[in-house]
Amino acid sequence: MVIDMAQFHQVFFEESIEGLDVMESGLLNMDPGTVDPEEINAIFRAAHSIKGGSGTFGFSEIASFTHVMETLLDEMRDGRRAVTAQAVEALLRSVDVLREMLKSVSAGDEIDADEVRSQQNELEAILRNQAAVDPQQETTTAAVDDVTPSGWHIVFRPHSHMMRTGNDPLRIIRELAELGDTEVKGDASLVPRFAEFDPEECFLSWEITLHGEVDRSAVADVFDWVEDDCDLSVAPIYPEAATEAQPQAAPLAVQPVAAAPVPEQDERRKGDRRNDDRRAPVDRRQGDRRNGPAAGGSSSIRVDINKIDGLINMVGELVITQSMLSLLGEDFGMDRVERLQDGLAQLERHTRELQESVMQIRMLPISFTFSRFPRLVHDLSTKMGKKIELKMSGEHTEVDKTVIEKIGDPLVHLVRNSLDHGIEMPEVRKAAGKPETGTVHLNAAHRGGNIIIEIRDDGKGLDRDRIASKAVERGLIPEDHNLSDQQIYELIFQPGFSTADQVSDVSGRGVGMDVVRRNINELGGNIEIESELGEGSAIIIRLPLTLAILDGQTISVGDETYIVPLVSIIESIQPKREMINLVAGRGETFKLRNEYLPIVRLHEIFGIDSVNASELVDGLLVVVEGDGKRCGLFVDDLIGQQQVVIKSLEANYRRVDGISGATILGDGSVALILDIPGIIRLASEKKPLESLRKSA
Amino acid sequence: MSGEVAVAKGGQYLSFTLGGEDYGVDILKVQEIKGWEEVRPLPDTPEYVKGVLDFRGTIVPIIDLRSRFNLKSIEYTPTTVTIVIAAEVNGSSHIIGMVVDSVSDVLDVSVKDIRNAPNLGAKINTRYILGMVNQDQRMVILLDTDKLLDPDELGVLDVIG
Repeated sequence: MVIDMAQFHQVFFEESIEGLDVMESGLLNMDPGTVDPEEINAIFRAAHSIKGGSGTFGFSEIASFTHVMETLLDEMRDGRRAVTAQAVEALLRSVDVLREMLKSVSAGDEIDADEVRSQQNELEAILRNQAAVDPQQETTTAAVDDVTPSGWHIVFRPHSHMMRTGNDPLRIIRELAELGDTEVKGDASLVPRFAEFDPEECFLSWEITLHGEVDRSAVADVFDWVEDDCDLSVAPIYPEAATEAQPQAAPLAVQPVAAAPVPEQDERRKGDRRNDDRRAPVDRRQGDRRNGPAAGGSSSIRVDINKIDGLINMVGELVITQSMLSLLGEDFGMDRVERLQDGLAQLERHTRELQESVMQIRMLPISFTFSRFPRLVHDLSTKMGKKIELKMSGEHTEVDKTVIEKIGDPLVHLVRNSLDHGIEMPEVRKAAGKPETGTVHLNAAHRGGNIIIEIRDDGKGLDRDRIASKAVERGLIPEDHNLSDQQIYELIFQPGFSTADQVSDVSGRGVGMDVVRRNINELGGNIEIESELGEGSAIIIRLPLTLAILDGQTISVGDETYIVPLVSIIESIQPKREMINLVAGRGETFKLRNEYLPIVRLHEIFGIDSVNASELVDGLLVVVEGDGKRCGLFVDDLIGQQQVVIKSLEANYRRVDGISGATILGDGSVALILDIPGIIRLASEKKPLESLRKSA
Repeated sequence: MSGEVAVAKGGQYLSFTLGGEDYGVDILKVQEIKGWEEVRPLPDTPEYVKGVLDFRGTIVPIIDLRSRFNLKSIEYTPTTVTIVIAAEVNGSSHIIGMVVDSVSDVLDVSVKDIRNAPNLGAKINTRYILGMVNQDQRMVILLDTDKLLDPDELGVLDVIG
C-alpha cells in the first residue's frame, strides 16, 4: 500500500508552526528559577509532536534537532535541571531555527545546515553542562572533537525489545557501512536455546569498527532513533595508538568539568554572532512570511466548529423557507399574499444572516498577529538596554484573514520604531520624571465599520521642529512653510525620510514608513499619527472590517454607474465658475481652500459619449485622494451610498486600468468599482483611452 | 499557426449562426444560453468586448463574435443570444459570454466526419478553427473556444482577419 505522504505535509507544517507559537509563548512566560510544570509540559508536548511528525514525514534534520530540544525540556520537566535564563534564551533561539527549518522544508529549499548545527551545539553544550545527564545521552551528545578521528569504535547492544519499536539493527549497520569501511563483529552469546527463542526479540550485539574520517554527529545520526533502546558506546580511534585513545576519550566524555570550557566559549561565540546578525533572522522571517503563501500554494483557514455548525443551521432554515415558498407558489391565490410576504421576509432575514456568518468565517482574532510582539519586545528591549512593558488589549477583535496576513509586517515595523525611537533609555526617563519602565500599548477595537489598531507609547514623542528642519534640509518643504502639526508628522511617511541621527540595526534607515503606509493603503485603510513632545506618540491604523465588502458611493456618468470607495472620497462639491482655472489652456484645475487640484473628467478617461453634464458647473466634483495625490473627479451625479460586495474582474477577464473590480447592484446590473490611484495615474499620463478604443 | 494544435473530438456540438455562416462549439463547454441583455461597458477594451455581466454571482465579460470576426455589426434582435462558455486557459477555467446571431441546433459529430481546416493562406487565420464538418449540405465551422476566448488575447488590441 502506497500512501502519498505529501498530501499531509501542509497539515504538518501548519500544526508545527502552531506548535512553535505555543512553545514560544510558553518560553516567554517561563520565569527562570521557577518551574510551572504545566507550562513546561505544554512546551514539551509541542516539541514532541513536531519531532514525531517530522520523523514520520522523513524530515530527519528537523527530527534530530527537535530531539535535542526535547531532551533539554524533558530534564527541566522532571526537575533534573534548573530552568535558567540562559537555557530559556537558547530554547527561544532554537524555536527560531526550527521555524526557519520548517519554512525551508515547506518551500522545498535547502536547510541552512550551519545555523542548525551551531544552534544544536549550543543546546548540547547546555545539556552537557549539568552532571545529571544519563550516560547514553552523554555518549551521543559528547563534544565535537577538534581533530576528526580516523575512525570509530562502536559497541552496539540493542535492548531485547528494540525490534518491536520498528527499528532494525541490520539497517543501522548498513547505514554505518555507507559512512565508511566497517568491520563488524557480532556477538551471539546471548542467543538462547531454540525452544526459548522469541523471534521478535533481539539477542545479538555488535562491535563495529568504522574506518574513515567521519563526524561524530554523522555516527550519532545513525543511532538517532534507537538511542533509548540500546546500550551504545561510540569511541574515536586516532591514527596512532588506537588502543590507547579509547580510554582517553572515555573520561573526556563523561567528565562534565573537562567539557565545560568548550560550551562556554561556544556560548560566547554564539552571543557575538547573535549580536551581529540579530536583525537578519528577524528580517528573513518576515520575508519568508510574505513569500509563504505563494510558495505553499493554496492557503487554508481554520474555522471554529461553532461557526460551521451555525452555517449549517442557517442553510437548513433557508431550505425550509425555500420549500415553503415553492409550496405556496404551486397553488397561489390572492388570499395567500400575506403568507407570501411573510415567507419573503423570512427568506430575506435568513439570507442576511447567512451572509453575515459566511463573512464570519474569514474573520480571525487579531491575537494571531499580536502574539508575536511579546517576543519582539522582549528581545529588543534586552538588546537596547531599555525597560519596556508591553500592554495589549482587544486581542479578540476579529478581522479579515487577509488583513491578518498583511498587517503583521507593518505592525512589527511600527512597534520596533516605538521601541527604538519612542521609548527613552531608563536614565533619560528618570531625569524627565517618568517611570523608568516605558510602556507600549497595542490596542485593537471595532469602531463603526472599521477596525482601529493603535500603537501607543509613553516615550519622547515626535519632534515637530526636528522633522521640519530635516524636511527643509532635504528640500521636501520650503523653509517658510506653514504646515500644521499633522502635516509635519505626515512627512515621516516620505520615502527615505529618517530623523535618526544614527542608523541603528533596529531602525533608522528611513526605509519603512512609506512601505508601512503603502501596505495599509493596499488594505483600504489609512494611518494617522498623534504625538505630544515628551509625552509619547500614538499611531492609529484604520482598516475596513472586511475586504470583501466595501463602503461605496454610487455615482453616475452618462448612462454608466460607478462605485467610488468611500475611504478615498474627501468631499463632494458643486463647482462654481470662479473656482475653475485653466492651466495653459488645457489642464483644468479648481481652487479648494487655497489648494489647487486638477480636475479629472471621468467620461473623458473612460470614453463615455452620453454625458449629461459637459459643463463643469452642471455636474459635481468628487474630491478624491489616492496614493497621497488629490484630484477632483468630475461626474454627472451622486446617486447614493451603499455597501457593495467586491467581485473580481480578473477571474474571468483581465485587469482593466482604472477599475479595481465590479459589483452587482440591486437591479442585477453590474457596476464597476473605480481604482482611484489608478485613475489619477491615468489622468496624469494624459493618455485618453478614447482614442485607443476608437482605433480598435 | 503557433502552439499545439487542438484536435477536434467527436461528440455533440452546439451550432449557431453568424453572418449567414454556421459555427459549432463543444457543447460540454457551454454553460448557458441566454437572450441578449444590456451589459456594462468596460473602459480601455477592444471594441468587440461589449462589457461585463453578472452570471450567477461572477462577473463575466461578453464579447461580440461578429466584431471579433470583423463582420459587419447588426442590430441585436430577439433571436440574438449570448452563449456563456467555460474556456480552459492554462489549466484554469474562465467564463466568457459571446454574442451570436442565433443558436440553431445540437449536432452529433463523429470524428471521421471532421475535416481539417484548409489552409486559407495569410488572409484568414485558422488557429481558432478546430475543423469543419458537413451537415445536411451545410458546412459547419467548429471553433476552438479555449483559444478564441483566451482572456490574454482578448485584451490585445489587434484584429483577426
